[in-house]
Amino acid sequence: MGQTFDWFSERGINLVRSDSDREYAGHIKGIKNVQLVFLSASEIPRELSSGRLHFGVTGNDVIQEKLVHFNQLAKPISELGFGFADLIIAVPSFWVDVDTLDDFDAVSAQFRDKHGYRLRIATKYHRLLREFLMKAGVADYQIVDSQGATEGAVKNGLAEAIADITSTGDTLKANHLKILSDGLILKSQATLFKSVVADFSQEENQVANSLLKKLRAKN
Amino acid sequence: MTDLKDLSREAKRLAVVFEATGAQVVELDFLQISNVLLDLYGEDIRGRAFITNDPVYGEMMLRPDFTIPIVEQHMTNSLSPARYTYCGKVFRRQEEFPDRPREFLQVGYEIFDGANPEKADAEVFSLVNEALNGIPVRIATGDIGILMAAVRSLSTTETRKKALLRHIWRPHRFKTLLNQFSGLSSKPQPNQDLKDYNKLIDKFQTIGSRNIQEIKERLQQIKLESETDTIDPDEVKILDDILSLKDTCTVALSYLEKVSKKMPGIEKTLDNFAKRLEFLENNGISVDVLDFEGSYGRTSMEYYDGFVFGFYSETQKDLAPVATGGRYDALTERMGQGKKIPAVGAVLRPDLTLLLRENNRD
Repeated sequence: MGQTFDWFSERGINLVRSDSDREYAGHIKGIKNVQLVFLSASEIPRELSSGRLHFGVTGNDVIQEKLVHFNQLAKPISELGFGFADLIIAVPSFWVDVDTLDDFDAVSAQFRDKHGYRLRIATKYHRLLREFLMKAGVADYQIVDSQGATEGAVKNGLAEAIADITSTGDTLKANHLKILSDGLILKSQATLFKSVVADFSQEENQVANSLLKKLRAKN
Repeated sequence: MTDLKDLSREAKRLAVVFEATGAQVVELDFLQISNVLLDLYGEDIRGRAFITNDPVYGEMMLRPDFTIPIVEQHMTNSLSPARYTYCGKVFRRQEEFPDRPREFLQVGYEIFDGANPEKADAEVFSLVNEALNGIPVRIATGDIGILMAAVRSLSTTETRKKALLRHIWRPHRFKTLLNQFSGLSSKPQPNQDLKDYNKLIDKFQTIGSRNIQEIKERLQQIKLESETDTIDPDEVKILDDILSLKDTCTVALSYLEKVSKKMPGIEKTLDNFAKRLEFLENNGISVDVLDFEGSYGRTSMEYYDGFVFGFYSETQKDLAPVATGGRYDALTERMGQGKKIPAVGAVLRPDLTLLLRENNRD
């Protein structure tokens, strides 16, 4: 949140959190009629796509996972240059026979033959992973839902592989995992989105335009 | 907006064609246990079907088709020959094409009978053709069985054939593998000695249910693969020729018969092809003008492994197929846990046939 505040203030837009730190609300200094709402990053796609929010800052990973044809619902205005994360597929490091998706597919077949069930991949990015593997022609896997601490899923016996976001790869390494060399599904970072479906009154439109003008001046 | 009365009248009109054969009319539950469908289609089905949860049975799906549950029922209840027909709604998620309907009627027909498979093929096709009488359609046919026989008769290892057969319905990956096996693109090479790999494994903690033995077996396999000769370019050429074949059934058959001189492994499937054409002729279908495509049925028809066909609107090219069908012998074996029976079937879309009938009238 601090980085978002900094990014806006560098562009002459000063976000202010309400006096009470416990209240998830705020405003913009010197600009009336803008209400700030603090939400979990994963709820922002839904709010943008329903039109309850005019603008939102979140990672494009969650936008693309949660919104089908996302660009018809939320339009990316600007990348904020932080919160970099790659959505990747990772397998145990000791799988020395596996480096690429080709290997992964071959191992899926082998695994199903040996164990009688489809190789499990733990992730919360169901849609993005499925589309990626479908395009790559990988078969005989299954997705296991994991909403958090996904890197531990293999060690804990819940899955054979994972698909998750990573920035440095340190957590993966600590959990004895390695990234498939062609297993990059998506590059993500914090991004400002504008809702395509929200109603803008004349007044709201004016405010939006003046904000966008300030952002453009710096970029 | 389609008039629902018109739609149900149209569905009835299609259904009577199949009911007239004396086929057993079946009804199915809307909710199906996910596992059966997942095991068959893999994870992709989750992108196509509506999923819900039952506190006892776990994940369930709104039936995305009738064929699988009918096969399942037939294989558990009886093994005697049977004809089934049905008319009911199926449900599909539409992520890719939000404008397409999420629920629509299907009228379908399935024959479980090993006595004369080619005659059954012709019967299903002819009945669909009869039901669609008066609607301007383009018809495509193919035969996955010929393709599979061609792969099986390649002079190469069983491992390679198995890998190719597994991806016969994924043309892109099939091509990648074929290129690797035939030396057209580089294939996975062990970049170190097996002994070095063993040392490498020791550096990491072993986690998850895939064990070291499995890794060693696969390393061995990669080594074997790297030492195996590439597939003969002439055989790859034959496979490519079959895949790119596009002609009328009659011409395609005589072309493939010539091909089989060099690849005798496909002869039996060609005999079946010839028999099928004869039965179709007997049913009044002119096979001299019926199209045949070597690759037809390789995408989006995952369980078909023999004769395949589709009826498409002549005028509205972007419309989903009006009817599709084909043979699925292997599916019955997979779901029959050892038991099997040759089977063939087809589905029709009354919403689309009605639309095309109305357009045709205008």
